[in-house]
Amino acid sequence: MRRSLDLRPADPASGTLSGSDQAYELHGVYFCYGNPLARDVRWVLSNLNVQVESGEILGIVGPNGSGKTSLVKLLAKLAVPGRGALSLFGRNLDDLSQAEAARTVAFVPQDSAPAFSFTVAETVLMGRYPHRRQSRWSLGFGWEDRDDCAAAAQAMATMDIGHLASRAVTDLSGGECQRTMIARALAQTPRVLLLDEPTAFLDLQHQIEICSVLRRLRDEHGLTVVIVSHDLNLASQYCDRIVMLKEGSVYARGTPSEVLSVETLRAVYGCEVLIDPHPESGLPRITLPRQGLPFRV
Amino acid sequence: MMPSAGHSTSPVPAVGSPSLPSTTMQTPAYMTEDDRPFEGAVLTPMRWGVIMGSLSVVALLLAVVCLQFGTQYIGLGNLLGVLSSALFDHPSDDTMLNTTSVILLQVRLPRVFLGFLIGVCLASVGVALQALLRNPLADPYVLGVSSGAALGVALAVLFGIGTTVLAFSLLPVCGFLGGLAALLVVYRMAATYDRLPIHSVLLAGVILNAIFSALIMFITSIMEPNRSFGMMAWLMGSLTAPAYPALAVLSAYLLLGLVLLFKQVRVLNVLALGEEPARSLGVDTERTKRLIFLVSALLTGAVVSVSGMIGFIGMIIPHAVRLVIGADHRLLLPASALVGGIFLMVADTIARTFFVPSEVPVGIITALAGGPFFVYLLVWRKDRLA
Repeated sequence: MRRSLDLRPADPASGTLSGSDQAYELHGVYFCYGNPLARDVRWVLSNLNVQVESGEILGIVGPNGSGKTSLVKLLAKLAVPGRGALSLFGRNLDDLSQAEAARTVAFVPQDSAPAFSFTVAETVLMGRYPHRRQSRWSLGFGWEDRDDCAAAAQAMATMDIGHLASRAVTDLSGGECQRTMIARALAQTPRVLLLDEPTAFLDLQHQIEICSVLRRLRDEHGLTVVIVSHDLNLASQYCDRIVMLKEGSVYARGTPSEVLSVETLRAVYGCEVLIDPHPESGLPRITLPRQGLPFRV
Repeated sequence: MMPSAGHSTSPVPAVGSPSLPSTTMQTPAYMTEDDRPFEGAVLTPMRWGVIMGSLSVVALLLAVVCLQFGTQYIGLGNLLGVLSSALFDHPSDDTMLNTTSVILLQVRLPRVFLGFLIGVCLASVGVALQALLRNPLADPYVLGVSSGAALGVALAVLFGIGTTVLAFSLLPVCGFLGGLAALLVVYRMAATYDRLPIHSVLLAGVILNAIFSALIMFITSIMEPNRSFGMMAWLMGSLTAPAYPALAVLSAYLLLGLVLLFKQVRVLNVLALGEEPARSLGVDTERTKRLIFLVSALLTGAVVSVSGMIGFIGMIIPHAVRLVIGADHRLLLPASALVGGIFLMVADTIARTFFVPSEVPVGIITALAGGPFFVYLLVWRKDRLA
């Protein structure tokens, strides 16, 4: 039973446009690295049932090795579920070509700066790749047209890197580089933006900047954002909903106030933290205990 | 005329499947008409044309200069006279001009052309491998692909496959098989998880080079002495004037490989982001990797079977060209190809003229130029490799 591969398409009822207010729908999704039919299969993700609403910022949090990155790779179609159904705006993700998916979903991995000294503008324009048609006789040049330049320029303006256009990406600081990579993703003109640890290695100012930009894109243009993050405070302040993973399955889900409780964090992370309302937003604020001296709450 | 953004690459959508509500059909609101030009920040067809045009002119001029030099200097007037009489097919009675004509048409012209062609191939393969491995030090010679191909050719020669009429069709094939085996081994050795750490790629290349060199030396030492000397000279990397039919076959073979590489230029750009991001942008990375490995082995195998192991062109040229014109492979690949051709053409002219009456294997010259450059990259430009 467990070893049978479920290749059924998504439920026909969910395969209609009426379900399209949901960006993603995961039904009983299992995932493992390697062969899902192997006898000793070890599922990295098991029995996930997750909905991502269109136009929300969803945070995926959890301890190391809880399957956060695997989940976001599934959403980006970089990995295929071993079992279960995964649909994007009501269409089975399996049925879409990678290029089709890339016109709807943009993915920014943790560390993806180009290996060579491309300029910032060239890097951002790479995001236009899924929008170009490769003609058989074109020798693959595919010069950028007005649409491409407009999308790239707008993405660069959004991420405030217009002034860096002709700088080499290899010469940028960490923050500038991350903004370039997000601009590259925005140049894809996606409806869904998937970010894996977008604020790791960034200083405070850049963390806040990137999160505010994401909120603005969500508010003004209905962009759906899925963020994988280790930073629970950031997730609390900037995400509409949070999915907390533990050992490959969903432990808790809901608004930050619902998910981020002392009990949940104790169960998931195995440590005591102090949680109080954020003085500004009233959302949960997590404070680490002094070493060896857990807070008594 | 490019299709506007948002058109599906698949011409016919699956029947009955609802299409994705695509934002790209109507440009989303946050893509307003802020049409800011990227002055000087991106490659334009104009810039491409200017750079490729001027490089072609330089290549032609230098080809003429290379044709002039040799054991006997040929003046420009004579040279043009011979070329035009050969082109327009009017025989001349001047015996002086006839000697010149034989030297020029039977010896120098094919050799200069061969040098150019081999330089083009080595530099192109270098660009492609560097992009694929995301490693500015990749080069068929450094990665052991050349020695793999050389081993294939040496085995073929040892077992007498290469001395028959089939010489031209089989030696490159043996080189191709050897080169491909080397590439696959390097890749397998270096790939940890889904990353290719720069230093493990180099290390794998070094190990492979050592093993293959030992095997080649073994083969050379059990050959008859007179054959082994020729083998040594070939291994060092040297060009000889080929016969025209052979040259034509080789050119066709190499051009096919080059066209396949040149079709990948945009994909090579996106691959610089890394394999996974490239895949998320819709690049079929497995297919691209297979294609580039095959074509690289194909080109290297053919080149090695003709000219032995000419090293470092695949590394120096792309790197130097990238420093000057930028990293966009749409220009980097063809420009490196031309510069590589020019470089080897000139290096070979030096090899055959500076030490008259003896002739130096051109591989020595490229290695003497490339080795120090390699050290420079490794030691002084570490920052670029991290």
